[in-house]
Amino acid sequence: MAHLSPPSPAAAGPAKRSARPAKTPPEATGPGHTPPPGWHPRIDPAPLLPEPEPYRLLGTPAARDVDPALLRRLYEELVRGRRYNRQATALTQQGRLAVYPSSTGQEACQVAAALALRPQDWLFPSYRDTLAVVARGVDPVQALTLLRGDWHTGYDPRARHVAPLCTPLATQLPHAVGLAHAARLAGDDTVALALVGDGGTSEGDFHEALNFAAVWHAPVVFLIQNNGFAISVPLEKQTAAPSLAHKAVGYGMPGRLVDGNDAPAVHQVLSEAIERARTGGGPTLVEAVTYRIDAHTNADDATRYRDAVQVDQWRAHDPIDLLERELRDRDLIDDAELKAVAESAEALAARLREEMNADPVLDPMELFDHVYAEQTAQLREQAAQLRAELDAEEDR
Amino acid sequence: MTSPKTMTIAKAINESLRTSLETDPKVLVMGEDVGKLGGVFRVTDGLQKDFGEERVIDTPLAESGIVGTAIGLALRGYRPVVEIQFDGFVFPAYDQIVTQLAKMHARALGKVKLPVVIRIPYGGGIGAVEHHSESPEALFAHVPGLKVVSPATPSDAYWMMRQATECDDPVIFFEPKRRYWDKGEVDTAAVPAPLHRARIAREGTDLTLAAYGPMVKTCLEAAAAAEEEGHSLEVLDLRSMSPIDFDTLQASVEKTRRLVVVHEAPVFLGTGAEVAARITERCFYHLEAPVLRVGGFHAPYPPARLEEDYLPNLDRVLDAVDRALAF
Repeated sequence: MAHLSPPSPAAAGPAKRSARPAKTPPEATGPGHTPPPGWHPRIDPAPLLPEPEPYRLLGTPAARDVDPALLRRLYEELVRGRRYNRQATALTQQGRLAVYPSSTGQEACQVAAALALRPQDWLFPSYRDTLAVVARGVDPVQALTLLRGDWHTGYDPRARHVAPLCTPLATQLPHAVGLAHAARLAGDDTVALALVGDGGTSEGDFHEALNFAAVWHAPVVFLIQNNGFAISVPLEKQTAAPSLAHKAVGYGMPGRLVDGNDAPAVHQVLSEAIERARTGGGPTLVEAVTYRIDAHTNADDATRYRDAVQVDQWRAHDPIDLLERELRDRDLIDDAELKAVAESAEALAARLREEMNADPVLDPMELFDHVYAEQTAQLREQAAQLRAELDAEEDR
Repeated sequence: MTSPKTMTIAKAINESLRTSLETDPKVLVMGEDVGKLGGVFRVTDGLQKDFGEERVIDTPLAESGIVGTAIGLALRGYRPVVEIQFDGFVFPAYDQIVTQLAKMHARALGKVKLPVVIRIPYGGGIGAVEHHSESPEALFAHVPGLKVVSPATPSDAYWMMRQATECDDPVIFFEPKRRYWDKGEVDTAAVPAPLHRARIAREGTDLTLAAYGPMVKTCLEAAAAAEEEGHSLEVLDLRSMSPIDFDTLQASVEKTRRLVVVHEAPVFLGTGAEVAARITERCFYHLEAPVLRVGGFHAPYPPARLEEDYLPNLDRVLDAVDRALAF
């Protein structure tokens, strides 16, 4: 367990910490010197500890054990995902989208999350997870209604089992736990996968969700995409934990640490965690170490808080390049297939352009339709008021 | 056919939850100490024993987690009835209630329903320490997507809880904790009035007292006292703070021509402000006096030894009645 040895003074940072007391208790010197009544060791934390360094597959001999068809599928979705991000960002510049939080650089997490789930499972995304939502099968245009400003959630969450893209950080995590617990109560094998970022792990709901999940032994998997920054604030100002994956141990669930740019590695770790949840093993916390290549959104200026050298280092560890190298080195993909993937991505972008350039037809009266499942008289009055205002506008 | 039974408000809610648990396998009860202990007010007494730990769930001590997981359970078709132990402890869950529970139906164009009931024992008068005596109903009534109700009698406690549990919208159910042990008749075979309909608790001709929850009893006492002085007061139990049954209220005020609204919560921007404004709009030419409001002060809920000075009581209500009648 070399990875658990105390950090060197340099790594520990400027704050000097006093030496901890010895962990083995001194020998009892007389009667009554026993542990507190009722105390007993609960569970052994050692099996819960994450990997000493992010788990990788690409470029390792273990990559040969991965089904080549899965590698090709992951590759295609990565390329389509990046193209989607690029197109969506371009649409913000053209005013067709209000805002777009790009996941460029994080496509491996997005795609692996979607592909690791079965149809009966549920995905709980946050706002940077449009790609995961699309890779799960939600219509690529409907997935953007939130960001275009047509409606908050443009798709039916029940159709593909994708909860609404969640904007307040970490609030979706307890929902995933509740839904997973519902599966246990109902006796089915549904698993919930909840996505959160490094910043979101500071929220109280992260804590409460993980605690509920572990106590309830709920079939839920939490995937932290640690992309290094919460808008501008770097990880070291977010947490003093050894890693975000280590947080799992405190709740009594296993933590896993994975290279978030290694798509088959993320897919494998998530698949194992999902299988574990499905077969009654309880929740898992996965930290995927990745990087947000673009700014927070098109409205952000990332040069104010990070330097170009770091970005370049991550560009050299690009999820698409890593997987493409594996596929090419092992002759698992040929030029014709690469061309087909590129064309598929272009077709997606073209469809996005075409449909997003059409002006949506919105009905203001829909404001009132879904506030309640059972409408109230007060809202009917207010609907009548807006109707009258709209009619008066038309008459002008 | 069962005959009406006399029971307390606490027991009526217990019976209501029991009936819901019996008739709908999707109903769950969850919260802190609701299982083995039966809740700190014993409202859920015996339910876990009879329905098991999977349907009556002792949760970890975390209000946001309770409401957040209830939302997830509701997404899969369950109908969680969650308990917040005391009014002042609901705020860790306020984010989940306001940003998630209240909005998700609208956000998702009605594709998902969240039939979650949040029970909150509220109000003062029990000599409790801070954070145990508050009346935050206006903070919830202000939020679109929530329905907010409060019963004042055992019969309403039983039926409104049944209706809240069957409602497809989230319902914040404020329970008048100082009246938990008040008794009354409950007819579990009756046909109840709609959940959001106001109730005439006492008929009168000279002035309408509108209240809800714990203040209904105070207003009835005020009406009895006023009768001795020759004034006939109508007492209207609003029962629902969102939506508000302005039609019943309007009919009453058009008859009595005077309105005093009473609640424990601070008067400033409280339920009474909305009632006063709307009734003034609707009944301007019928009113003989401005709508007056009686309630708490805009100060933090006081320590127990001062709460009698803070809470609206018979005298403060009658004083407002006198002022309205003097116009």
